Amino acid sequence: MTLNDDEGRERLEIELLLEAIHRRHGYDFRGYAPASLRRRLWHRVYGEGLETLSGLQERILHEPGCMDRLLRDLSINVTAMFRDPTFYVALRERVFPLLRTHPFIRVWQAGCSTGEEIYSLAIALREEGLLERTRIYATDINNAALERAGSGAFPLERMQRYTENYLRAGGTEAFSSYYTADGESARFDPALGRSVVLAQHNLVTDGSFNEFHLIVCRNVMIYFGSALQEEVLQLFGDSMTRFGILALGRKESIRRSRHAEEYEPLDEAEKIFRRRL
Amino acid sequence: MTAIEVVAIGASWGGLRALERVLEPLPADFPAAVVIAQHRRIGADGALAELLDAHCELTVCEAEDKQALGPGVVLVAPPDYHLLVEPGAVALSVDEPVNFSRPSIDVLLSSAADAYGDGAVGIVLTGANADGAEGLARIAARGGVPIVQDPDSAERREMPAAALATTPAARVLALDEIGRVLVELGAMRERTQS
Repeated sequence: MTLNDDEGRERLEIELLLEAIHRRHGYDFRGYAPASLRRRLWHRVYGEGLETLSGLQERILHEPGCMDRLLRDLSINVTAMFRDPTFYVALRERVFPLLRTHPFIRVWQAGCSTGEEIYSLAIALREEGLLERTRIYATDINNAALERAGSGAFPLERMQRYTENYLRAGGTEAFSSYYTADGESARFDPALGRSVVLAQHNLVTDGSFNEFHLIVCRNVMIYFGSALQEEVLQLFGDSMTRFGILALGRKESIRRSRHAEEYEPLDEAEKIFRRRL
Repeated sequence: MTAIEVVAIGASWGGLRALERVLEPLPADFPAAVVIAQHRRIGADGALAELLDAHCELTVCEAEDKQALGPGVVLVAPPDYHLLVEPGAVALSVDEPVNFSRPSIDVLLSSAADAYGDGAVGIVLTGANADGAEGLARIAARGGVPIVQDPDSAERREMPAAALATTPAARVLALDEIGRVLVELGAMRERTQS
């Protein structure tokens, strides 16, 4: 395999840009998976009306608002309420019975983005009678995303699709009973949000802050390179109670990780694992 | 001519039958990895990989994040994820659909071009949209081998025709020729190495 000049120059520009972001703004994207990172960086280059990655670097260093816009591109993961409905069926059938044995339940939703999955989780917990004694700590690298998550409002136009997901996810109520239409938004029952604590947390640079019975981190680590994934799995291990449960995205695996032996599968297809001790 | 290391294939309308015929001639010791993005409805988890697996000597599976690439490995993009190629492995993303598609063929082919340069082969098969046209141009620009299914032989001609428009230098092949050409390209690799 050989790479041509354009390719070599682009790699250098990306390296320099990530170094500049890290040193100037403290965000460390150097361990991110290169292919999706490259796409997202170019998306911002075009979004700024620029033509090169070096041009983006200049703007990052000289214009304060540019970093916020790039952070949004790099950190907001597109998601949906009850994405992968069978995951929520597995939560109800395999995970909640284990959580039920605890008088008080701590859940960490790591990389909660704009909050769709927090509300999905809260609804499932409420329908199983567990929400009252659960606290969901929802964290994200991006404050703007957290603000949107905290508003508890999602676009009304998506509710039809979310209702279908909800029904396939084993929902037992009328989905529409959880929100009220407010203009173009569906505003969710504030009671759902009362069990949620939102906080900024960077999985790459911040440490453990509590011990959780359940950690949910779905389709977040796919944006990380293998070495960074190992570090985050270490962080999760350090942030769990005995026999804590880890839920990843459907196409993520810990099989190739050095932490693989620390877990046993609770649900192989849904990538839900339980710590061996 | 450098060794080929990864073959990235995109297909849409009519893609299942086309993919079966492309993969069928590949021998169990095919020396490159094969990655596939096929447009489809969400929800048919694993079914595409199983169907293809039954039709060829290679083992076909649905890709997991960071799964290793190597000779004879065949990975299919999972529904509702983009599949990207990195040096030595694949990665997934749930970024917005590209060309209304997730997986997007442009995303797959562009990333294969970026990761493997002239060690990448890009193939655009039958389909009724223009996804893959940009990715195939990238394969060519990075020195890789661009191949397009002959639009006249495709179930839907729009997608291969769009790819030809951006990449006029692409080799235009009938479906049954593609597998044979891949085997030849693979054999060149063996000679380069020995």
